[in-house]
Amino acid sequence: MIQKMSLMLMAALLTAALVHAQERPVAFTGATVYPISSPPIENGVVVVHNGVITAVGGANTRIPGNAERVDATGKIIMPGLVDTHSHIGGGDGGDRTSALHPDVRIVDAIDVYSDTFRKARTGGVTTANVMPGSGHLLSGQTVYLKLREADTVYDMLFDRDITNGMVGGIKMANGTNSLRDAPFPGTRARSAAMMRDLFVRAQHYQQQIARADGDADKLPARNLQLEAIVEVLEGRRMVHFHTHRHDDILTILRLKEEFGFRVVLHHVSEAWKVADEIAAAGVGSSIILLDSPGGKLEAMNIRPENGIALERVGADVAFHTDDSVTDSRLFLRMAAHGVRAGMSREKALEALTLAGARMLDMEDRVGSLEVGKDADLIVLSGDPFSVYTFVEQTWIEGIKVYDRSEPAQRVFNTGGWEVFRGEFFDHYSADAN
Amino acid sequence: MKKTIQQFKPISADSTGTASGVCMSQAETWLRGYEGAAIFVLALMLLLFTRNDVQAQSYAIQGETVYTMAGNPITDGVVIVRDGRIDQVGPATRVRIPSGMDVVQARVVTPGFIDAHSVVGLAGALNSPHDQDQLERSNPFQPELRAIDAYNAREHLVVYVSNLGVTTIHTGHGPGAIASGQTMIVKTTGGTINEALVDSVTMVAFTLGPSVSRNYSQVGSRSRTIAMLRAEFIKAQEYKRKVDAAGGDASKLPTRDLKMETMMAVLNREIKALITAQQVTEILAAIRLQEEFGFDLVLDGAAEAYLVLDQIKAAGVPVLIHPPMVRTSGETVNASWETAAKLHEAGIPFAFQAGYEGYVPKTRIVHYEAAIAVANGLPYLAGLEAITIGAARILGIDGRVGSLERGKDADLALFDGDPFEYLTNTTGVMINGEWVVKPE
Repeated sequence: MIQKMSLMLMAALLTAALVHAQERPVAFTGATVYPISSPPIENGVVVVHNGVITAVGGANTRIPGNAERVDATGKIIMPGLVDTHSHIGGGDGGDRTSALHPDVRIVDAIDVYSDTFRKARTGGVTTANVMPGSGHLLSGQTVYLKLREADTVYDMLFDRDITNGMVGGIKMANGTNSLRDAPFPGTRARSAAMMRDLFVRAQHYQQQIARADGDADKLPARNLQLEAIVEVLEGRRMVHFHTHRHDDILTILRLKEEFGFRVVLHHVSEAWKVADEIAAAGVGSSIILLDSPGGKLEAMNIRPENGIALERVGADVAFHTDDSVTDSRLFLRMAAHGVRAGMSREKALEALTLAGARMLDMEDRVGSLEVGKDADLIVLSGDPFSVYTFVEQTWIEGIKVYDRSEPAQRVFNTGGWEVFRGEFFDHYSADAN
Repeated sequence: MKKTIQQFKPISADSTGTASGVCMSQAETWLRGYEGAAIFVLALMLLLFTRNDVQAQSYAIQGETVYTMAGNPITDGVVIVRDGRIDQVGPATRVRIPSGMDVVQARVVTPGFIDAHSVVGLAGALNSPHDQDQLERSNPFQPELRAIDAYNAREHLVVYVSNLGVTTIHTGHGPGAIASGQTMIVKTTGGTINEALVDSVTMVAFTLGPSVSRNYSQVGSRSRTIAMLRAEFIKAQEYKRKVDAAGGDASKLPTRDLKMETMMAVLNREIKALITAQQVTEILAAIRLQEEFGFDLVLDGAAEAYLVLDQIKAAGVPVLIHPPMVRTSGETVNASWETAAKLHEAGIPFAFQAGYEGYVPKTRIVHYEAAIAVANGLPYLAGLEAITIGAARILGIDGRVGSLERGKDADLALFDGDPFEYLTNTTGVMINGEWVVKPE
């Protein structure tokens, strides 16, 4: 009965979504196109229809006769940015009752009207992994969102099919982030022990389910916490692991080896010290660059050279804003600083788009401009790595969600009187350590 | 600069210059006292060493573009530095580089940047209690706290900003108290406060607005903050009346009161009042206080300045604008990237600052902040001015730093491109004629 209801709900939602769908093709012409998955195209053409890309190519690319044309001469077009770690949307996460909250879903706490979404669109962000936390070993389940104009959170889910609940990853952390009074761990070793204990219990739960072999009478009582961890063990839910120090990074790789989960390292401040080990483990790193180091002891050795250190050893590297730690409006700026510290322009652009998509298991839909992929793109006024460049337009699935030429929308980039409500996740008052 | 409360004698800027002089006079003393050949040889070596030292302090810096900030930028310019000072500045066609002088090249040369308001050196990168001295929370009114007593010249963040080209910082007690303490000006070099110091007492840091109530249970509202501050100024007026009436007669002087001495110096306009006021309510209150008590006001933060440009202009006060990249929450919720451009259009003197951050980035970088304003409508040279000579003028140190002119301190920053661009690297930094970052 409940399942039937949710199917009906889904049908209603899909109908609502179709109303917004893009019916007329749009053709972008004249721009230098950065497909990311292939070399830049001078005077390129991108055609999008029904929310997906239908053509990418040179000036001779066929444009449907009924297409709406967007003259982007002198501009740069690249895929919408994928932010692998953000706190936009006003959500929260686990509370102080426990260090481990695998059952807590941030999707249950997102405010779709939050101005932080509007702000992020002006920075070119089209997809975000919105994370719960922080300050726990496990803060809860993350949610993958498209920054579509939305009335409800369902309108924003990356994967509109919510029947299987697969709408994000899970957020974990080690180091000093979650060290505090009981029931939290007091040391690093205890942190690891508590996490191992959770995984061991989930393995047992997984075996109980397997042994029941579909027989409802033999199934264990539902356990929302362990259900989520079983999804992790089965590789269906990515672990997004906050970590700074080199030894904490290695602890994660050790746990990964023991339990076989899939993981993306986040922040990875000392990646430059253990880049070889990260590459050998074949895990992705979602890094952040800051204007100055510190804020806490374990992050003192963060280096802007983390990007090039990982690139050099062939490890997958993406950027994240950790908004509000850095501002979504300036996400391109971070990649520029990565380039200044030695990254190649190509890898830095990939780290804003396709690499992040890979880490969120969505590279088949976003992160590059290729036929069949979602029509998520941004139009830039100039070089993506210049301070003088602005995101002029942001498009998601063929629908323009930001246009800098509209004063009412432009203010979400520049700020000003009563533009923002000032409500966003605040790491420093959330006693993050 | 006359200051009644300045009991701390700063080492003068020419300390590097006189260092060799000290060696000379010691050598002469030894020569007079001892006739021994060994001593004579030692003295000769010392003399030779000293001469080499003087030579090492002379440099010619060639820049494809030299922003002197005193006149138009120079294409193919040369800056000659001798003994810690700027000796000559001009186009390569007019400035002769003496043969044998060390020559350094750069795409862009600017004066070392000035951060008009920071807490770096009192606030450290670790962000743990042992390196956070920018705000004392036992009492919301402590104007007597001296910045020189809490400055760590070797702090990681001091070195960090220095390496990027920020050579002078106006730093000290932070925002968040009715009066958090004093500020000072230092060069971002030297192993001790004595070596770094430019001005030991520059301003007293006052704050209006809700952040004071967050930090101190004794202060619950905006209007009470102002009432408490007015009461202190009135007490200071009384104290000043007694001091003035004593006419120098020690027996008639009131008992020394460190708080009131500082406040009297503000009333006497020997030091300025730096009032952090982000919202319109606070900006207008600061101007009202200035009118009532007649001190020299410098507005700090001023996130909503764009709403009251006329009032700020009429009050004739300069603004140390918040970092453009400040988070748009709390009192800076209405901050705009375009405010600096609007201050410039209105003809209001302003400078950029790193400000205070509770978490990360533990310090902002003043030219990174100016860059955002320049990208959002502030003319390029106005942006550079607000981190060089414009900041120096507001801080009262434009006679020494802020531009590349003969006789000024040899503080320079060298870049491989536009200093505001994301991809530009700092290729050299000189403070007092010595390389902090030596160009390759």
